[in-house]
Amino acid sequence: MTKTITDVICPFCGTLCDDIEVIVSDDGKKLLEVNNACVIGTEKFLHSQSSDRITRPRMHQEDGSWKEISYDEAVEYTAQMLAKARKPLLFGWSSTNCEAQSVGNEIAEMSRACCDNTAATCHGTSLIAIQDVGLPSCTLGEIKNRADRIIFWGCNPAHAHPRHMSRYSIFPRGFFTGKGQMSRKLIVVDPRVTDTAKMADMHLQVEQGKDYELLDALRVAFKGEWLPDVVAGIPGEKIREAADVMKSGRFGIIFFGMGVTQTLGKNHNIDAAIAVTKDLNEYTKFSIMPMRGHYNVTGSGEVFAWQFGFPYAVDLTRGFARYNPGDTSTIDLLTRGEIDAMLTIGSDPGAHFPISAVKPIAKMPSVCIDPHLTPTSGVSKLHVPVAFNGVETGGNCYRMDNVPIDCRKVVEPPEGMLTDEEFLIKVRDRLKQLKEAA
Amino acid sequence: METVTITMKNAPALYLEADNVSPDAFAGKTAAQIAELSVHEGNTTSTLGKYFEVIGNAGATAADTKIVVKGDVKKVKYLGFKMTAGELVIEGSTDLYVGAWMKGGKILAKGNIEAFAATAMKGGELIVEGNAGNYLGAAYRGDWRGMSGGKILVMGNAGSDIGMYMTGGEIIVNGNIDVHALTHAEGGRLVVKGNAKSKVGGQMIDGEIIIFGSIDTMMPGFKPVSEAELEVDGAKAKFSHFIGDMGERHKKRKGQIVYGNLYKKI
Repeated sequence: MTKTITDVICPFCGTLCDDIEVIVSDDGKKLLEVNNACVIGTEKFLHSQSSDRITRPRMHQEDGSWKEISYDEAVEYTAQMLAKARKPLLFGWSSTNCEAQSVGNEIAEMSRACCDNTAATCHGTSLIAIQDVGLPSCTLGEIKNRADRIIFWGCNPAHAHPRHMSRYSIFPRGFFTGKGQMSRKLIVVDPRVTDTAKMADMHLQVEQGKDYELLDALRVAFKGEWLPDVVAGIPGEKIREAADVMKSGRFGIIFFGMGVTQTLGKNHNIDAAIAVTKDLNEYTKFSIMPMRGHYNVTGSGEVFAWQFGFPYAVDLTRGFARYNPGDTSTIDLLTRGEIDAMLTIGSDPGAHFPISAVKPIAKMPSVCIDPHLTPTSGVSKLHVPVAFNGVETGGNCYRMDNVPIDCRKVVEPPEGMLTDEEFLIKVRDRLKQLKEAA
Repeated sequence: METVTITMKNAPALYLEADNVSPDAFAGKTAAQIAELSVHEGNTTSTLGKYFEVIGNAGATAADTKIVVKGDVKKVKYLGFKMTAGELVIEGSTDLYVGAWMKGGKILAKGNIEAFAATAMKGGELIVEGNAGNYLGAAYRGDWRGMSGGKILVMGNAGSDIGMYMTGGEIIVNGNIDVHALTHAEGGRLVVKGNAKSKVGGQMIDGEIIIFGSIDTMMPGFKPVSEAELEVDGAKAKFSHFIGDMGERHKKRKGQIVYGNLYKKI
């Protein structure tokens, strides 16, 4: 006999789909089948069942081999490392729950560390712009029910957030959008002809690195002012046409991704996109939303902001929270050689950072808390495998529109494995003892 | 004016936050007292004397105090932090936040300086003989009030985001600049003798930019209006005059809409 669990939350991307069905064995120990999820989400659930999974912490040895150690030994190494470090960095947090993030913040405060999440290489620039000019946003439910102008700027949900379009943005039939796709106009701004761009009513094929110019041109077009003949490779006439499409909608939304946040202009691109949204509200109702990647990167920003006042790149070394990306952000800390110990959790900087930022990790005391084998676990001194959050343990997560959703536990983790939160609580308690003794 | 010379003798393993190295913090102190001032390396607080050799007593006030920083200070941040008077000479290259929030006095950096120099500067003078980094004379993160007074002269090149949210004062760069200059500015003046890249004056509300070299990509929000002959630093030249950013909000002064002005040498 098998059991079917409905309304399961998918712990993969920021869309945080909440309609997954999981079929588990009668004893609740084996996950057999996943329904409704996209291929990436399905893989995430099934990966927890792989037979070659690592279930105990491992220490990197001098000769490059790994030695299995107990969780207690792993706790001791981590706590000692953080107690001795003069500027430790606690990085990641985006693929774990808010409860674990909160314990992590206690550890950060005790060890006077720098702490940062994956926004560092993702939507951190959006957060800078949001602090500069604000963010007129809404929930995904409002978009499903109301939006008739959808703009995807520098993002490709067809591949990165596969169910976003069917659940919220293009196809669903909402309360005021009863004709589904027919009631919406889709504009895609991307230098490449992506699978998302192929579905668009209008594809603005912007020259790479000139999003800022195009956004400025749209603002000029809204006001009917003079425009050059061609901006960012797009004729002025087409820009005016796009401006009219945006202005004529009842409710519009700009979704933006890495294509604008991490290309030339960075935070200024988002700053200008928010200004476009603000301008459009003089004619109609418009919102803007970042397409967050990891399923709980938004939650990490929420927990940081709630506890330290800043959403990422927080520096606690002086005993109070400071924030200035460029100085306190992870890539800069690593490439400039500012830190002397690193703990990574729920993220894979080894795969996503420039190599000049990964090399220092291999040279310093380092811990990687991750259920998977990753490039980061490979370069770290200690690898601590943990239970899959959202599969083998529940916990609070935030969707890309800042809506909190509780993840669900569907199967038991392999025997004796700790969750992120349980391991961090042990580290916190041991660190407290070390700090009190010092 | 009394001179205090501090020379790096024990370089920090990480980076050093030396926010007490300013004429204001040194004023009225003897060399021994100055050596007792705090510095921070990561989460560890220690004394200036642990890293630097201090020679000479400071003057009675900041205005009577001149500081000369010698040795390798490439890993030292916050030199001249919040200074209001006096002089600071940095013999070599140094790191972030040189003269951040400075209100007066004079800083001479003989080497290169890194990002966030003269953050939210209100007055005084910063002269850089080498290159300056990003965010020169810009606002602090989240602040909408950048540099509001004083003068910055960079003999070499400067980085990106210079003069962001600038409201007053002057920045002169003899070399080239990177992307984004005077973004969101509501005043102030930027003179670039070399070339600029792109996104010059984006979202600018008021203020003045004068570029002697080329601009890779002009912002579409800048509208060509006329030609003008200007005298800059004693040299006369002809410039194309643009106003903008037309996409941005603008204030009215005496019934007239005020725009940012961009002059590019013909």
